[in-house]
Amino acid sequence: MSEITENEVWEALGSITDPEIPVISIVELGVVRTVRVDAERTVVEITPTFSACPAYQAMAGSVERKLREMGATGVEVRTVLHPPWSTDWLSDEAREKLRRFGLAVPDRHQGNLEGAIEAGQAACPYCGSSNTRQTNPFGCTPCRAMGFCQDCRQPFEQLKPL
Amino acid sequence: MTSLPDEQTTQLVAGRLLEMADDELILSHRNSEWTGHAPILEEDIAFANIAQDEMGHALIWYELLRSLTGRDPDRLVFFREPCEYRNLQMVELPKGDWAFTVLRQYLFDTWEAGHLEALEQSRFTPVAEAAQKIGKEERYHLRHTAAWLCRLGRGTEESNSRMQAALDQLWPFHSQIWAAPPDYERLVTESLMPDLARLGSLWEDRVRTELSEAGLTPPGFGQPSAPLRDEHTEHLQPLIEEMQQVARLETEAGW
Ligand SMILES: [Zn+2]
Repeated sequence: MSEITENEVWEALGSITDPEIPVISIVELGVVRTVRVDAERTVVEITPTFSACPAYQAMAGSVERKLREMGATGVEVRTVLHPPWSTDWLSDEAREKLRRFGLAVPDRHQGNLEGAIEAGQAACPYCGSSNTRQTNPFGCTPCRAMGFCQDCRQPFEQLKPL
Repeated sequence: MTSLPDEQTTQLVAGRLLEMADDELILSHRNSEWTGHAPILEEDIAFANIAQDEMGHALIWYELLRSLTGRDPDRLVFFREPCEYRNLQMVELPKGDWAFTVLRQYLFDTWEAGHLEALEQSRFTPVAEAAQKIGKEERYHLRHTAAWLCRLGRGTEESNSRMQAALDQLWPFHSQIWAAPPDYERLVTESLMPDLARLGSLWEDRVRTELSEAGLTPPGFGQPSAPLRDEHTEHLQPLIEEMQQVARLETEAGW
């Protein structure tokens, strides 16, 4: 009989970070989708940012370990693909943490993904300038692109709009 | 619907998913051969990413296949013989020069754009949801390879002639892309999978237009009929051997 509540699970998962973006939790990142706890089972649904995210298996493993540490019963960690992950899900607070980490986040596209990719631009994480250009639509991980700030003359990384 | 009506339908859907997964896997492997060797650093990064994305998409289809048949993706990838692979011949051809690589990726990306959009309409929810997920990410590939098509096709005399040579080599393989496996028609009737011939004709119209804008002309010759998916060129075997080498050294190792 599990005595753990869903809120306690959410709170515990809030201590797990993406190993490649250690400044926000996987809850803030939007990877954790649902938590369901009943007498027999503890089911957590998670979703990848990009399909090929190399940190995804590590995150799934961390979730499972965390649930077992808490003494949860009938632990099951499931992958869901729908709705597909979106950069729009990042809260203002998460965006600020990422910016301080040096990772720019594109403005919310609200469904106009093609427009956001076309614009290919995010504000500079160092000086805040919008006078930036994308130098490579691909980066060091599937979720990142590379930009350059024409005001402070710094290259930077940004999340790709998705 | 979240489950398929009967065993025969399940086997047909599983058969098509294997083709889709194998296409992604083999193309991913070919693109990964550029890692560390691409003409410029930016492209090394871009193609390593594209290869990695395609591997992620392959895994989505293999996982869906596992949910239908119980077949383990790792066993499928590392312990099948070349003749058991169901990928297109187009994706197994050696990586060639840069023109060949970007043109092949462009042809595959344009096909996938239409194919995924149609798969989103599948009545089988797991397929529709996977297609939606993959489709969002694929936009990045198509933008990238379409830009290269234009850049090289309308670049210098040499870049144009290399692109034309790549097209002459690839075009004979193009019609296999919409060849349907046996009894596939049933899946179309039941709105589980899209009509490949219809998608093929839309795709060919699109690429003919865009190739022409890039100063390229498809050759007038081709294969008399599309080969079956279990027929491969001599290039698949060495690729599979290299890909499976480490896994087969220690078959029970955990990764
Ligand atoms: Zn700046």
